[in-house]
Amino acid sequence: MRLTRTARVCLVAAVVAVLAACSPAVSTPEADGSAPAGDSAPGADATKVGVIAVGPKDDFGYNQAVFQGVEALRGEFPDLEVLEAYNIPEDDTAATTMESMVAQGATIIFATSYGHLDAAKQVADAHPEVVVVHQGGLLDPAPANMGTYFGSVFEPVYLAGIAAGAATQSGKLGYIYAIPIPQTLANINAFTLGAQSVRPDVEVTAVSTTSWCDPATQADRVASLLSSGVDVMTQHQDCTKTIIEATEAAGAFTVGYHADASSLAPVGWLTGSEWNWGPLYTDIVQTAIDGGFTGSEYNGNYRANMASGENPFVASAFGPSVSDETKALIAAAAEELEAGGSPFTGPVTAQDGTVTVADGETPPIETIEQMDYFVQGVTGTVS
Amino acid sequence: MIIDILAGAVRGGTSIMYAGLGETISERGGVINLGTEGAMLLGALGGYAVTAETGNPWLGVLGGALAGALLSLVHAVLVVSRRANQFASGLTLYFLALGVTSLFGVSYVSRQINAFTPVPVPGLSEIPGLGPILFDHDPLVYVAYVAAPVIWWVLFRTRVGLLVRTAGERSEALEVNGYSVQAVRYCATVAGGALAGIGGAHISIAYANSWFENMIAGRGFIAVALVIFAMWNPVRIMAGAYLFGAALSLASVLQTSGIAVNQFALNAVPFVLTLVVLAILGRRTMLAAPDELLKVFDNSRTT
Repeated sequence: MRLTRTARVCLVAAVVAVLAACSPAVSTPEADGSAPAGDSAPGADATKVGVIAVGPKDDFGYNQAVFQGVEALRGEFPDLEVLEAYNIPEDDTAATTMESMVAQGATIIFATSYGHLDAAKQVADAHPEVVVVHQGGLLDPAPANMGTYFGSVFEPVYLAGIAAGAATQSGKLGYIYAIPIPQTLANINAFTLGAQSVRPDVEVTAVSTTSWCDPATQADRVASLLSSGVDVMTQHQDCTKTIIEATEAAGAFTVGYHADASSLAPVGWLTGSEWNWGPLYTDIVQTAIDGGFTGSEYNGNYRANMASGENPFVASAFGPSVSDETKALIAAAAEELEAGGSPFTGPVTAQDGTVTVADGETPPIETIEQMDYFVQGVTGTVS
Repeated sequence: MIIDILAGAVRGGTSIMYAGLGETISERGGVINLGTEGAMLLGALGGYAVTAETGNPWLGVLGGALAGALLSLVHAVLVVSRRANQFASGLTLYFLALGVTSLFGVSYVSRQINAFTPVPVPGLSEIPGLGPILFDHDPLVYVAYVAAPVIWWVLFRTRVGLLVRTAGERSEALEVNGYSVQAVRYCATVAGGALAGIGGAHISIAYANSWFENMIAGRGFIAVALVIFAMWNPVRIMAGAYLFGAALSLASVLQTSGIAVNQFALNAVPFVLTLVVLAILGRRTMLAAPDELLKVFDNSRTT
């Protein structure tokens, strides 16, 4: 989800060229790109899977979670070969990389960054025998060999908000985000509502860095927030190390996002939300190998949540300071979500006092994925 | 709130100051280096890698300086020895540095280091107001306090400085007196790159304490703009760097205070300031520029 960088394009193009040059050595019968023998279903009997990600595999964040999903795939399917490519920008390079993977015999492709969607569509159209799945996008309609998948990210963020509300002394929480896209706004609001459920007067200061990863700006934002009295810090950034280390050094609490980064904050780590793609990746691959992809739930816009029992976005382990009482509160809230509840069950009031969700109502996922406001209790502007 | 902004200005302006001082030396010698952003990236990675491997951030500073110097050495070979176009060389080297650091930096993304931490100056840091603004920072901030006036003194009060300035103003005068213009320009460019490298290292091992690809995020280009803003004067570089640093830290403090300002507009402030100065001073900025530099701008005046 980061900006295109010409240099990376050149670099990756070179890497892809090398990959392509090497590919004949590992080619399989399907490697010449021609249609597979017979009229088998897309992705059936796949022996190779390709995965592309926008960032590095060890960013303590979004892309590391993809890598962990890939490792889980390897564990589940020892005979399956997984081709991985990291730092793939959201432009033509993504298509070139996926094409190269198909040329090497991959018949299932995972495109894992929001901006890889167009390239993924292109590859799916060109290769009807290959299953292409995209992480987080929306398709209307989905071709027979393509689908998107994602989790309800705001659910565990709401639970983490409860931990933050219980831990804060000052009543001030800090939220560092990139840009106000609906997913981020839903996260900030869910976090605030979770914190308010245990401490109604809590104030969440939301500050933007205008970038998914700009460590120096993050350092600046953390310093300002800490200086203003914030004692629990969380974020929606692709890279998180700078923020977590600075928060820990100041003796404040950390709520994580994207991955378990408790090693960076052994004292102040409360909890967090992290991706657990393994089970979902495994199920998608199994479905495709069995020849049942077309027409399955993955052949569309698949969204898992806690009520369906398979949300790939889960709560992280608790840190040392979280009390049993708080853990019980969180467990109770989790049960409600599993029973079909939502953090956004009304009444929900926006910053300006407008009631956006009426008392007792629960907005559908489509409405939440289009959220464009902060709730009351958030300091910050959507601009 | 004012104290937060000013303390943030000093902390955030330091990396820009190092790079701006380096670029000033380079341009005073007659070489524009648009690869400053790249030298900072190499410095950030070099500083981080050396600190990670040795555990000593001071060795990291040295590593950052060497990495920045190396990139500028390539620039010097191209533009001084080979007389290549300075703009083309600088920009190309920036993209090269971006690619190289993204590639080789991957293994350092998850490494933790023994970074610089703030060292309050005994006594001085207790002064209300001034203490937190000036005397509660990491050591590289304090080194920068000294570096700017020292570089001014060297450039304008010593023989070495005279040689550098002559290379930038009237290079034929150097030749007449038996000096090598090329040697002086090599030294000025490489010294400039080393300072940019230290600026990059400040970000990775004293400020953000992490390495990520493209982490300089345009601060090197701000530094190049700053040199014009400061009209090639190291002391004005210092003031300008803190001013630009204040613009960056203002974004944090305003948001934290809940004051509604568009973030993207605030990001543009340093560049708007530079444009305002260019518009107000117009030709006068060019009069302040080293003469040999004008030949780079103006193809009709060939050497």
